Amino acid sequence: MSIEKKPAASTGRGYQWRYTIARRLVQLAILGLFIGTARLGWTLFGQPLLSGDFSSSLLLGLIPLSDPFAVLQKLCALHTPELTMIVGSLIVLIAWIVLGGRSFCAWMCPMNLVTDLADQLRTVLGIKSDMIRIHQNARYAIAIGALAASAVSGVAAFEWVSPQAYLWRELVWGLGWGAASATFGVFALDLLGMRRGWCGHLCPLGAFWSTVGKVGIIRPLFDASKCDKCAKCIRICPEPHVMGLKDAAENGFVKSGACLNCGRCIAVCPQDAIQFGLRFNAKPNQTFMNSTQGERNA
Amino acid sequence: MVKTNRREFLQIAVQGTGIAACSGLGLLGLARGAHSQSWAPRPPGAAENFSTLCMKCGLCVKACPYDTLKLAKLGDRAPLGTPFFEPRDIPCYMCPDVPCVKVCPSGALKRDFDDIKKARMGVAVIDPSSCLSWQGLRCEVCYRDCPVKDEALKLAPHPRGLSKHAVFVPVINPNKCTGCGLCTWSCPTQKPAINILDRETFLGHIGDHYRLGWLEDQPHDPAPLKRPISREDEAKPTGVDYLNNMEDPL
Repeated sequence: MSIEKKPAASTGRGYQWRYTIARRLVQLAILGLFIGTARLGWTLFGQPLLSGDFSSSLLLGLIPLSDPFAVLQKLCALHTPELTMIVGSLIVLIAWIVLGGRSFCAWMCPMNLVTDLADQLRTVLGIKSDMIRIHQNARYAIAIGALAASAVSGVAAFEWVSPQAYLWRELVWGLGWGAASATFGVFALDLLGMRRGWCGHLCPLGAFWSTVGKVGIIRPLFDASKCDKCAKCIRICPEPHVMGLKDAAENGFVKSGACLNCGRCIAVCPQDAIQFGLRFNAKPNQTFMNSTQGERNA
Repeated sequence: MVKTNRREFLQIAVQGTGIAACSGLGLLGLARGAHSQSWAPRPPGAAENFSTLCMKCGLCVKACPYDTLKLAKLGDRAPLGTPFFEPRDIPCYMCPDVPCVKVCPSGALKRDFDDIKKARMGVAVIDPSSCLSWQGLRCEVCYRDCPVKDEALKLAPHPRGLSKHAVFVPVINPNKCTGCGLCTWSCPTQKPAINILDRETFLGHIGDHYRLGWLEDQPHDPAPLKRPISREDEAKPTGVDYLNNMEDPL
């Protein structure tokens, strides 16, 4: 089977990695809006632009936004949050359901900058072995543990130790040792302990978003007819278990909620077989794994 | 979907439960940080279980027009991430519209709180050994700066040893003091002689069995005696002077 070459215009590195560039811009922009509003007093229409932090915030003094997992912990702890917090968490929940998967983790969470850096450095230094091995589903158990601890203690338990909360709180409201220890701890774990240790195996917030992200609408669509099974997407994927080509072909898209919608697979695919799109537009392909289509080295 | 047999399923179930239990217990211990004993003045309108309710989002910090509030870092004297203030740096200026309370999404600051004079952020406490007024100087700066002066903070004459002149000393009424800390902020001594302390730690409670009959807001009538009262007793004024009548009240 002949394999079409990509058009020359789309082969630039910037275009190839456009989603990674966009992710960095979004991450830094949101963080910048929080910091600018808190420390420099940025306003728009006479209202604070984006006050608060990633736990709870207020856009233009009007639209509430809240972390739904934190609200869930509060409900387990039998607290009664204000209506704004309930509404805010629903807005956030719906937004990330539309955006799909763990988009929050890849596109917004500041800890992602730290863990992506650790992963990059791991590649550069050639660190391949994991000192610690934990199943990636351990995070679901930890999330359940966090909810149970909230119920028993009457405190939103994970919020007291969440390293990303330490990081964003102190980035926005003033640096302290909390952000430093959380960042270095997670960085060291991801660099030396295990690949993608925090985000990919332990973080209960990520587990929450994986669960919600299952029904996500925007997903990486997989066009099996273009795939030549080179598996570059699987090697680059921070959650390799979600890139099962057989499942992806049968569904027409990456179905697992643990998928970050980070777009790395799109960047590395030499065949443009993966593109972001609505899950309804997926083209399932049942015969993909049986065919020897495109297997150049077979 | 990978097929699992019963043995594998049981193993995964036990492992998952184990991880959930261990991480839950671990978090349970760490979440005790919410009950930390260290204390700093809170924003006004704080619920009783403030630090367990607070989501540490900083909206109150942003809403405060005086930059009074800050979120606690490791080593600060409030539970990590919760808002507090240092009166000596920036006190609470007691905004009548209480903007910090209005934005709290978590229920840690009670939304129905609207009278800033009812705030009880802490209580002012004076150290007479370093207070200038107590040394006989006419300082009275705290009195002049107190936003609820003559209610929360009064000046009272106090005899001064052998001298025939009295001194005027500041006296706090804890029932009216909001704990705003303006007195602490304005105190001219090197280290403030008036400070905001935790009401729970500092204030006592008389107990209902003491009857301060000479106060206007206290009932003059004692609780009815738990014995049959004769018609003759009823006719007498209450609080009878039984000692003069040489009667045994029991």
